[in-house]
Amino acid sequence: MPLVLTEEQEMLRDSARGFLDEKAPVSALRKLRDTNDPDGFSRDLWKEMAEMGWAGILVDEEYGGADFGFVGAGVIAEEMGRTLTASPFLSTSVLAATALKKIAGDAHKQEYLPKIAAGETLFALAVDETSKHGPAKTAMAAEKAGNGFKLSGYKTFVADGHVADKIIVAARSAGVPGEQDGLTLFLVDAKAKGVSVERTMMVDSRNAARIKFDNVEATGDGVIGEVDGGYMALEGVLNAGRAGLAAEMSGAAQQAFRMTTDYLKERKQFGTEIGRFQALQHRAAHLYSEIELMKSAILKALQDLDDSYGMAGPICALAKAKAGEVAKLASQEAVQMHGGIGMTDEYDIGFYMKRIRVAQEMFGDTAFHTDRLAQLRGY
Amino acid sequence: MSDLETFREETKAWLLENCPEEMRDGAGGEDNICWGGRNWKFQSEAQKVWLERMAEKGWTVPAWPKEYGGGGLSKEEVKILKAEMRAINARSPLESFGIWMLGPALLKYGAHEQKMHFLPPIARGEIRWCQGYSEPNAGSDLASLQCKCEDKGDHWLVNGQKVWTSYADQSDWIFVLVRTDSSATKHNGISFILVDMASEGVSTKPIKLISGKSPFCETFFDDVKTPKEHAPGVSAVVGEINRGWDVAKYLLTHEREMISAGGGGLLGGRGIGEVARDQIGLEDGKLADPMLRAKIAQAELDGWAFLLTLERMKDEAKAGQGVGANSSMLKYYGTEFNKRRFELMMDAGGSDELEWEGERTKDGKLARNWLRTKANSIEGGTSEVQLNIIAKRILELPGA
Repeated sequence: MPLVLTEEQEMLRDSARGFLDEKAPVSALRKLRDTNDPDGFSRDLWKEMAEMGWAGILVDEEYGGADFGFVGAGVIAEEMGRTLTASPFLSTSVLAATALKKIAGDAHKQEYLPKIAAGETLFALAVDETSKHGPAKTAMAAEKAGNGFKLSGYKTFVADGHVADKIIVAARSAGVPGEQDGLTLFLVDAKAKGVSVERTMMVDSRNAARIKFDNVEATGDGVIGEVDGGYMALEGVLNAGRAGLAAEMSGAAQQAFRMTTDYLKERKQFGTEIGRFQALQHRAAHLYSEIELMKSAILKALQDLDDSYGMAGPICALAKAKAGEVAKLASQEAVQMHGGIGMTDEYDIGFYMKRIRVAQEMFGDTAFHTDRLAQLRGY
Repeated sequence: MSDLETFREETKAWLLENCPEEMRDGAGGEDNICWGGRNWKFQSEAQKVWLERMAEKGWTVPAWPKEYGGGGLSKEEVKILKAEMRAINARSPLESFGIWMLGPALLKYGAHEQKMHFLPPIARGEIRWCQGYSEPNAGSDLASLQCKCEDKGDHWLVNGQKVWTSYADQSDWIFVLVRTDSSATKHNGISFILVDMASEGVSTKPIKLISGKSPFCETFFDDVKTPKEHAPGVSAVVGEINRGWDVAKYLLTHEREMISAGGGGLLGGRGIGEVARDQIGLEDGKLADPMLRAKIAQAELDGWAFLLTLERMKDEAKAGQGVGANSSMLKYYGTEFNKRRFELMMDAGGSDELEWEGERTKDGKLARNWLRTKANSIEGGTSEVQLNIIAKRILELPGA
């Protein structure tokens, strides 16, 4: 498949851009932050997004979705990155939709996929237990109890954890932390007895939570996929999330870069535009090159998720690693080249730096994925 | 069967029938290239036969029109031919600056008579060309070149010096950028002319490089008389007089694309990580040198993203999208990446690869190649010049 967007995908991008510029610019995120909004996103806006088909972008048409595939989801994520739009898109429409679509049985699909597409039910994926990503490190216990399981443990950095109606959680039903075998995925009601959710106020003013599970009952029906064999299934879902986050970072990085080059053309010092100075030109041109590399890796990852989902691990690692590195560079250069104004809260560029910092950490930072690629290549 | 499938079958059969066994070793590297030309000494009978057979089909330059010695193939057919050649590990039958550079320039800017006269000998490997661009005082600032070319009625008179002329000492003809109007602004008085290296007053002197090799020369023009027409109707000047900068710019872009694609092509070999693993070994399944391992992994990741970018730029061009000046980005990134790659291979090789002479390292093959890569980011426009172009053409920064 050619590494370009199809006409349909381009139309989706253009309409997403128009919509987000109007309804969810950076000022909307600023307002959510400044008013201490209890949800951290706008439910009305999410309804509108659902009506446009975004909530169900990955959901099959038979379940009321738009079925636009991962490239389509990436296009929307990238546009949301440009405007730093706060929404449950990643957790619900990418992570949960992928988990249900790829792993869950028909009953779960029938029950939840239409609700995702309609924007009615919100999900969160709870994986990490320590400050650094590592699904195999999962220690949270899933003990057999009657027909089901009892879940006990602690999850952190759960995106949208405090607004989610349902939580997909990875727990250890066998083996010891560090092993890939022995993981099982469960679908748990956020209001179930023993679940306590603490909203965490993050650097990027976006939603996350720490969640404690204290002997939470999960029936046999609550299992998604195979008991003890959930690792690879989880990896697939995480890969979709990594590619989605990479696309979001790409949008954020491109926007921060655009703001920076605009500033270089307009800001005057020493009697001339600072963009005339070669020291800045060369750094901007280098960053441009890195951004182009990042875009190629991400588009390929999204296309591969659509075409060969099970084989997309390495390319998603590349996309997440490269996006984390390049978006960080873009945000750092943006603040430096803006000078003093870049340090002010009033100016938007800081919001980009903060969001990128969080997104690059989620589901594995650049070092995590670079190490993974080295392992895959046998060294 | 579609036309393309038929073409593939026929091509496959023809190659199997006509490509000599000795030419199926896939041997790349400068030592095995067939450059052609008046003074060319074939390294083997097979090399000669392979060239003759491919030239007969026009497949030394498969995309050129048939009347100019090419194969007249479509883009898709060229792709198939290349793929089928790769499938049997066939060597390239002929490489030359005529194929890479002058041919494309003539095809775009040349008159029909010039194409008829000059292109077929290039395609057959009979005439070897070199490129006279840089001068001692015109490197990155190429347009400030001073090599003088005066109109003497029935001939041109050329005086001046060129430098970094690749293989000038082994070439038959040279395409040269000369100043035909010294009163015009610097970009407007340049012409692109074709000179026979056998002309009186042309001399060359090889330059020994840090790699110990001498692929480049200094070329001197001392009262060199070049006829206005090399044959009836065949002008010595390509394009308009004093408009040679247009041709030069076109070729520089073309050259950048080739260099960046070449940088990508080099990735076809063994990965850096694999080389390092063999040299250094593993500990707990990981390269025994953790700092080097991290650097190599980062480089491999960038290499992969770069290859995908080459692919994306090609696909964008095909779809009629994309930015022309991106060739500068590819040239910049590809050459810088290639240098990084060889630095890491030298790191992985340690003292073993530092032996400059002797059988163990094949006379310091890796070390010499490593040194050669240092020119990648200088030739065809330095990295700094590429960054200037990106800043000006793509980012539209002021005064760049």
